[in-house]
Amino acid sequence: MVKDAPGVAFGDRVRIEDYAGGIRNGQVIRAADDAVLILVFEGTDDLDLERTWVRFLDEPVEIALSPELLGREFNGLGEPRDGRPPILSNLRRPVAGSAINPAARTYPREFIQTGISTIDGLNSLVRGQKLPIFSGSGLPHNRLAAQIVRQAKLKDEDTSFSVVFAAMGVSYADAKFFRDEFASSGVLRNVVMFINLADDPPVERLTLPRTALTAAEYLAYDLDRHVLVVMTDMTYYAEALREVATAKGDVPARKGYPGYLYSDLAEIYERCGRIHQRHGSITMMPVVSMPSDDITHPIPDLTGYITEGQIVLSRELHNQGIYPPVHISPSLSRLMKDGIGKDDTREDHPRVSAQIYALYARAQETRNLASIIGADELSERDRRYLTFADAFDARFVGQGESEDRSIEATLNLAWELMSSFPRDMLTRLKETDLAKYYTGTD
Amino acid sequence: MTETSRTGAIRDINGPIVTVDLPGARSGEQVKIGELGLFGEVISLAGTTAVVQTYESTDGVRPGEIAVGLGFPLSVELGPGLMGGIFDGVQRPLEKIALQSGDYIRRGISVPALDRAKQWEFTPNEALEPGATVSGGLVLGTVQETLTVKHRILVPPGVAGELEELAPAGDYDIEASIARVRTAKGHILKLSMYHRWPVRRPRPYLRRDDGISPLITGQRVIDTFFPQLKGGKGAVPGPFGAGKTVVQQQIARWSNADIVIYVGCGERGNELVDVLESFPQLDDPYSGRKLMERTLLVANTSNMPVVAREASIYVGVTMAEYYRDMGYDVVMLADSTSRWAEALREVSGRLGQMPVEEGYPAYLASRLAAVYERAGRVETYGAGSGSVTLIGAVSPPGGDFSEPVTSHTKDIIETFWALSKELADARHYPSIDWVTSFSGHVHTAAQWWHKEVDPNWERRRTAALALLARDAELSRIVNLVGPEALSDAQRWELEGASLIKEGVLQQSALDDVDTFCSPQKQFALLDIAITIYTSGAELIAIGVPVSELQNLPILAKMRRIKSMYTSDQMDQIQAFRAEVNSAMEEIRIEYAKQGEPVLS
Ligand SMILES: Nc1ncnc2c1ncn2[C@@H]1O[C@H](COP(=O)(O)OP(=O)(O)OP(=O)(O)O)[C@@H](O)[C@H]1O
Ligand SMILES: [Mg+2]
Repeated sequence: MVKDAPGVAFGDRVRIEDYAGGIRNGQVIRAADDAVLILVFEGTDDLDLERTWVRFLDEPVEIALSPELLGREFNGLGEPRDGRPPILSNLRRPVAGSAINPAARTYPREFIQTGISTIDGLNSLVRGQKLPIFSGSGLPHNRLAAQIVRQAKLKDEDTSFSVVFAAMGVSYADAKFFRDEFASSGVLRNVVMFINLADDPPVERLTLPRTALTAAEYLAYDLDRHVLVVMTDMTYYAEALREVATAKGDVPARKGYPGYLYSDLAEIYERCGRIHQRHGSITMMPVVSMPSDDITHPIPDLTGYITEGQIVLSRELHNQGIYPPVHISPSLSRLMKDGIGKDDTREDHPRVSAQIYALYARAQETRNLASIIGADELSERDRRYLTFADAFDARFVGQGESEDRSIEATLNLAWELMSSFPRDMLTRLKETDLAKYYTGTD
Repeated sequence: MTETSRTGAIRDINGPIVTVDLPGARSGEQVKIGELGLFGEVISLAGTTAVVQTYESTDGVRPGEIAVGLGFPLSVELGPGLMGGIFDGVQRPLEKIALQSGDYIRRGISVPALDRAKQWEFTPNEALEPGATVSGGLVLGTVQETLTVKHRILVPPGVAGELEELAPAGDYDIEASIARVRTAKGHILKLSMYHRWPVRRPRPYLRRDDGISPLITGQRVIDTFFPQLKGGKGAVPGPFGAGKTVVQQQIARWSNADIVIYVGCGERGNELVDVLESFPQLDDPYSGRKLMERTLLVANTSNMPVVAREASIYVGVTMAEYYRDMGYDVVMLADSTSRWAEALREVSGRLGQMPVEEGYPAYLASRLAAVYERAGRVETYGAGSGSVTLIGAVSPPGGDFSEPVTSHTKDIIETFWALSKELADARHYPSIDWVTSFSGHVHTAAQWWHKEVDPNWERRRTAALALLARDAELSRIVNLVGPEALSDAQRWELEGASLIKEGVLQQSALDDVDTFCSPQKQFALLDIAITIYTSGAELIAIGVPVSELQNLPILAKMRRIKSMYTSDQMDQIQAFRAEVNSAMEEIRIEYAKQGEPVLS
C-alpha cells in the first residue's frame, strides 16, 4: 500500500525498484484518495519501507504494430526475444482490447480443411472459430497443432493463414519444437511468436495472450489477413491467474481459482471471430491440458463453456499407438452446422457425421459390455459394432502426421466403414445418401 | 442532466465497486462515474457515502474525479421500437452503438434505447372518449410495431385520472404527447407513447391466474414428455456442449408465443449473431411472418462487463412484463442464469460479504426465486390475459447438478429439462434425459392435448415412459449376464424403447424437415411407435420369434419417418400407420397358417 499518491488511476501499471536496484512490476488494484493498493507480481519479499521506489506508469500495456511483426519473436509485453531491435511504429495499441459489439459480428461459416479426418469429417473447423485442443501431459497436442498449422486451408483455395503463436509457461523444448516446425515447413515468414517459458516471470503470462491477440487483430483487421492463433498452454495461464488472485485475497470459487476465471478467459477467447466488412478473420486453437486428464477440472470446464467446441485427446488411444488420438465422443464443433453440407463440403456430410457418432456410441457400449461378459457372449449384431469400432480407430482416427486428407477422402472413408452395416441400421442417413454412397452388399 | 442530478466525488475504486461521496444519494440510484461517464448504480449507503457498482470497466478512473447522481434507478424505456432490436445489459441499442463507436464498444457511450426520430402510426382506442376515467395499464391506442406485433400503448402504471384529450390517428414520434390526463389532484399529465420503468420492480397486474395452455415448442421431448405452460417457469441445466442454447433457440424459433425475449447473459457473441442473422430469414409457423419481427435480444456476452450481466436479466424480464401487460404471451429465455449468479458472486465478493457456498452470497436463493417469480399468467389491468414464461439455462461447473445454482433453481421451477452428457456424446439430441427431467404440468397439458389432438395422449405418453423405464432395467441385466439371458418378449421391449428414443425423442434442430414438429405429428409418431411395440408384443405372445419382427423394414422406417415428412404431410404419416398395421397383420395371418411356432 502506498499513501499520498494522488491522481493514480485504478489499473495503472507500477514499476518498483527495491534497495538492491531490482525491478519488480505491479498494478494498482485499489485506488482511494488517501492511498493506493498495489499488487506486486513478483511478491513483496525483501521490500522495505525506506529503500523502495515506486513509479506509477500512467499508461496501460501497449504494443507497437507494423507488418514487420511477421517472422519475429517477442515476450509477453511485446519486447523482442530474438535479439533484433524493437518494432518501430507510430501505431501502438493497448493490449487489453475491448469487447466486440455482437451487432458488429458476422457468423463464421467458411469450412477450413485441416486434412485431419476426425476434425474435418466430424468436428469441422470454420474461419473465425475458437476450437481448443483438450489434452494431457505427454499427449501429442503440439504435434497435432503443428500439423493443423501446416495443412489448414480453405477448400479449393490456396491462401494460407498467418499464424500468431502464443506460448505460456511451456518448456524450452516445446517452444523449440514449434520454432523448428515453422522453420522447416517454410511458414516462418508468416508467423509471429510470443513466448513466455516456464522459467520466465509468470506475470507476463497474464498479458501474453492479450499481446498476441492485439497483434492478431492488427494482422486480421488492418492487414486483411486470415489469422490462426495457436495458444499453448492455457492451463499455465490460468494457474498464473490463480497465483495473482490468491495474492490479492480474492474469494476463490472452485479449486482455488477465482470466480472471475470464466470472464477472464472469455475476454481472451471472445477476441476471435469475424466482423462485418472486415476481410480478415481470427481463428483460435488454444491448447488446454487437463490436470490429471480430468475434463471437469475448472480450466477445461470453463474453457468448454466459452469456446465453440473442443477436440479431446485420449490417453487410451495414444497408448494404442493411434495418432492423432482424438476421442470423438466428447469432441464437438458448434460452428460446424453452417460450414458444411451441399454448398460447402458435400450434401451428405452432416448426416454422415451424425451416423458415425451414433454407431461409435453404440460401439463403445458394446466394448464395455464385451469387457464384462466377454466378446464371445455377444450377439452377431453386437460383434459387428466391435469390428467397426476397431476399424474406425485404426483407419479413420489414425492417420499419418504428414497425411493431408481431403474432405472427400474423409467422407468416402466414413462410408466405407459404415457400409459394413446393413442399410436398415443406418437410419441417420437419408435413403438418397445411401443410394449414392453406400457400398455394402446388403 | 436533469434538475434532480447532484454531483459528488470519487473516494475509492475497487474494480467495478466505486465508493463516492454523494450527499442525498438513494439506494438503487443511477450514478455517472468519472470523466468517462461510466454508468453505475448505488448498492449501499452510509451517511453521505455511497457504494456504486459500475456497468463498465473502471480502468483509468482516479479518486477525486466527479460522480453525478442522476436521481432515478436503473430503468428501461418501454414503447414501440423494441421488437427486432438487440440491446446490451443496460438496454443500450447495440446496432446504434456500432454506428457510433465501431466494431468495439467504447466505454461511457450513452444512446437511448428507443429511436427519438422515428414516426409511428398511432391509432387511438375508439372506446375512449374525453372525460373517460383512465388508469395504469389501460390501452390508449395501438401502433403496428412490426408486421407481426401490434403494440398497445398503455397508460403507465401509477397514472390515473380523467382523460382530457386523446390524439387523433396519425404519425407521431415517441416523445410527442398523445394523451392528456387530469389527475384527482388537478395536475395535468401529458402522456407519450413510451414510459420508463425501474427494472428491479415487478410491473403491477390485476391478479395472478393459473396457467391453462401448454407452450407448444414443436420439440417432441418437451411438448409430449415434459410440457411447459404459458406463464410457467423452467430450467435447462446441462454441462457444456450438451445443448442448452440449442434448446432455447429452438423455443425462440418455434414456440407459439406472441413475443420472444432472448437474453444472452454471459454467453458467446456468435450465438446472438446466429439469431440476428437467421431469424430475419425464418418464417414463424403460426403467423407466417419473419421470426425477427416478434423477437428482441438482450446481449451481455461473456466478454462484456460483469455488473451489466447482473442487470441484463432484469432488463429482459421488465420488457417481457411490458408486452405481457399488452395482453401477450411472452417467452423469455435466459442463457445462462449461472453467469448471472456469478455476477452476483463477483459483486458480493468485492463488498467483502460472507460467502456461504462456493463463494456465493447467502441471498443467491432468494434473488433467484424473485427473478423467476416475475414469470406467470396474469389478468392485466387493461388488456385481458397475458403471460411471461421464463426459461433459464443453468451451467453447472463440471456438470455437477448438486452445485448451488442448479439446486436452488430446481426448488423454484416447475419444469426441469436435464441435459445429459452421455446422450449428447452419442449425438442423441435434444439430450434431455427422460429419467431425471420432470414437468409439473403434465396434468394441465393433458387436458389441452385431449381436446385439441387426441384423447389417448396421456395414455400413450405413460406407455412410452414405462417402456423407457423397462429399457433401463433390462440394460442393467444385459450388462450383468449378457443379452442371451433375455427372453424374446424382453428383447422386443428393448426394441420398442429404441423406437421411442430414435423415432420420437430424437429430433435434430438442424434437420429442415423435423426441426419443428406440430402437436399432430408429435402424437402420430408416438402413437405409431407404441402401436408397433404393442402389436409386436402380441405376436411374440403367440409365438412369433423376435428376430422375424426385428427384420421388418417398418422398424427402420419408424426411425426415419420424422425426417421424411413435415408437419404438413400428415397424410403420408397416416399412410405409414396403415403400412405398419398391414405388416403386422400379415405376420399374424402367415403365422396362423403355419400353425406351430418354429423355435428360433
Ligand atoms: N437439438 C439439437 N439438434 C441438433 N444438434 C444439437 C441439438 N442440441 C445440441 N446440438 C449440438 O450440440 C452443440 C452444442 O449445443 P449448445 O451450444 O446448445 O450447448 P450448450 O449446452 O449451450 O453449451 P454451453 O454451456 O457451452 O453454452 C450444438 O452446436 C449442436 O451442434
Ligand atoms: Mg450455450
